[in-house]
Amino acid sequence: MTGIISYGAYIPYWRLQRSTLASALGSGGAKGARAVASFDEDTTSMGVEASRIALRGVSEKYSPQSLWFATAEPGYLDKTNANAIHAALSLESSVNAFDCLGSVRSGIAAVHAAASGNSIAVLSDIRTGLPGGSDESMGGDGAAALCFGTENVIAEFLSTGTSTSEFVDRWRTPGDQASKQWEERFGEYAYAPLVEVAFNEALKKANLTAADVSHSIFSGLHTRAVKAAPKSCGINLDTLRDDFAATLGNSGTAHWGVMLANVLDTAQPNEVIAIVVLADGVNVILLRTTEALSAHQKQQDPSLTVQAQIAAGRNDLSYAQFLTWRGFLHREPPRRPEPDRPTGPPSLRTAAWKYGLYGSRDESGFIYLPPARVSLQSGSIDKMEMVRMADIRATIATYTVDHLAFSMSPPVVAAVIDFDGGGRFQCELTDVDPASVKIGDRVEMSFRKLYTQDGIHNYFWKAKPVRTGVK
Amino acid sequence: MASHGIRDKVAIIGMGCTNFGEHWNKSTDDLLIDSSSAALASAGIALDDVDAFWLGTMGSGLSGLTLSRPLKIQHKPVTHVENYCATGSEAFRNACYAVASGAYDVVMAIGVEKLKDSGYSGLVVSAPASDGTQATVTAPASFSLLAPAYANKYGVDEAELKDVLTRIAWKNHRNGALNSRAQFKKEVSKETIAASPLIAGQLGIFDCSGVSDGSAAAIIVRVEDAHKYTDRPIYVKALSFVAGPAAGPIDPSYDYTTFDEVVHSANDAYKQAGITDPRAELAMAEVHDCFTPTELVLMEDLGFAERGTAWKEVLAGTYDLDGELPVNPDGGLKSFGHPIGASGLRMLFECWTQLRGEAGARQIPGVGQKDSVKTKALTHNLGGAPGACVSFVSVVGSELD
Repeated sequence: MTGIISYGAYIPYWRLQRSTLASALGSGGAKGARAVASFDEDTTSMGVEASRIALRGVSEKYSPQSLWFATAEPGYLDKTNANAIHAALSLESSVNAFDCLGSVRSGIAAVHAAASGNSIAVLSDIRTGLPGGSDESMGGDGAAALCFGTENVIAEFLSTGTSTSEFVDRWRTPGDQASKQWEERFGEYAYAPLVEVAFNEALKKANLTAADVSHSIFSGLHTRAVKAAPKSCGINLDTLRDDFAATLGNSGTAHWGVMLANVLDTAQPNEVIAIVVLADGVNVILLRTTEALSAHQKQQDPSLTVQAQIAAGRNDLSYAQFLTWRGFLHREPPRRPEPDRPTGPPSLRTAAWKYGLYGSRDESGFIYLPPARVSLQSGSIDKMEMVRMADIRATIATYTVDHLAFSMSPPVVAAVIDFDGGGRFQCELTDVDPASVKIGDRVEMSFRKLYTQDGIHNYFWKAKPVRTGVK
Repeated sequence: MASHGIRDKVAIIGMGCTNFGEHWNKSTDDLLIDSSSAALASAGIALDDVDAFWLGTMGSGLSGLTLSRPLKIQHKPVTHVENYCATGSEAFRNACYAVASGAYDVVMAIGVEKLKDSGYSGLVVSAPASDGTQATVTAPASFSLLAPAYANKYGVDEAELKDVLTRIAWKNHRNGALNSRAQFKKEVSKETIAASPLIAGQLGIFDCSGVSDGSAAAIIVRVEDAHKYTDRPIYVKALSFVAGPAAGPIDPSYDYTTFDEVVHSANDAYKQAGITDPRAELAMAEVHDCFTPTELVLMEDLGFAERGTAWKEVLAGTYDLDGELPVNPDGGLKSFGHPIGASGLRMLFECWTQLRGEAGARQIPGVGQKDSVKTKALTHNLGGAPGACVSFVSVVGSELD
């Protein structure tokens, strides 16, 4: 029996209040907030964070065949984005890494592919639109990862349904910063019959009726069509689960993955979950939770549930900062040279360090970050073992706030951190209020995009405050 | 470890130092011509009399041609050295060894840096190709780590430490106000210093050394030849240079309140010079005050104060021009800025000036006279960042031991 064995959602720290947006533009005030990826995040880095959360819930023996990465907002074309995620997770080179790029529907492809083998699907998206538009205010950023396998399945894959149709509803030309949409009522018309066909097909294959569904997830960028879909499926509206319109916004490719993670956070065993995704057609996935879900929920870090991450968000992002981060506002840079592009050969030689955050540990137990070949005390050479530091927490030994350093979001907060069990590292802090940092604060590592130069994204690790999101 | 030193084997017979500042109208070539000409004139010799040259610059040129081309040096050895912010000192150290070895009779050590042509604030260093994982903090940010660590370890509260740092800047600007070669030639009130905009951590703009252009040069000969050129040569007592394993940023036992490299180079230099109580024996010291907390920590690392007490000594005026041990009597990096290759030789120029009694309005009382008791001076340079730096200490004196 194949199914989901673990999952993780990653919600970025920052929220843009729609009232903030409205007051800046002088337009009508929608309620709630949207999640915003920080200036140092992209779909790849958020994909890493979601995957790390998901992999916490699998046994060490878990060996995926492939990693499938889906996004409508890739960091690269031509170059496979999934490889950076693969490297950051320190997966074996025998594990495939593939992209499904460009359309919101790609997420379905990644999950289908991952479910057919013991593989990981990573869905990630950054959504925005032109200033003042509804995509800007109602979009959201986030990522989700699903690990598939055959042992300790927490939600078995029951069936799928599909209906594909070519019509012009939403489109974006490569390079454009925003997508465009046809008249809304047309999309509603085009989607309506597709929903029914796909949903009924899935029910039939699973030998279920609409009344058997305990949790239903309807997702898609066409808000009206998504809203109308449950009725046409004959679903009990009480089974509709939070679509986070008020708290996070619609994260496109990743959205139904985030919604599913939220359902799995609290679902009971033996419940049917229906996922209906409206994206250039309709795809339906039916899952049934298992007895193993309860144990999985118990071992989960309570600060990593979707609700806890929503609660831990920071609500005061300014609209100017949001526009700057998304590239709509070009601000005066500091009078400092731009950083050098990371170069290819060193990045390959140090991939275990740069992506996997491996240090080396000598005979005395001293840990070197980055990995060193020569022991500090004994002087012995190559008597080292590699040790992964990415998932170890650390404490701030000292720190400074650098107002001069080049950054898309100054000031840079730099800290010297000491890992639990050894290892000192000087790095940037992220998702942090410079005024609140203290010596002794607890931090954890987060995979980020330090900067982009010459089109090369410089991925590496930063530290961020440990937050217990439960309030 | 053997470090024998070359105490009283070589002597400085002439020095030159340009004004330091924003030399919009002078090139690197111009600065080299000006400082070398002044040094040659000071020694009373011609360029042809110099057998070999050591040029220190970090970013203003590569190879010996950077010096031989503008000076039209006729087929002589010119060595280019670089050692971060200790580059100027490193040129001097190697030039001294060449004379001590007997290889040459007369050599020149010269340092230069043209920082103001880059168009950027602060120091800009081009790094080798890398994987992009190096910490990208600026120099003020790296050195600002010293302040909270020091305050935390010795129980100094934040406001009190700010007063200490402010007083260091105030003292150095006060000295610089008496120096026509300084970039900043006026006193700055403590209120202005304390209220200056923050650059990194607790450091305001007045806690940072300036950015300037400049050049300085020294002519070095064997001790037995020195009096052919001058009645008042300055003798080299000690030269120590140390590079550490750069383990501070990776070693949890490093606490950011000291520079191990400085302690090692100071101990080595004191041993070479036969100094047992530097605070009592030295007439003055020129130290690397790149940022105010650096000077604070250096007072302890160089043995000018007991551990944890330098902040009190600073407040008590111990290192003022009329204090027990004047530190940075010329105004330091604070007043001169820090043209990397030139700074070490600029420090030496102040020792040369003070020990010969030629410092005018800022002459340290009782120093540089025929009957002076204290006849030795120290220069200290460091390059890098706390926990990962190179350090240079020299001791020079006006009397043979």
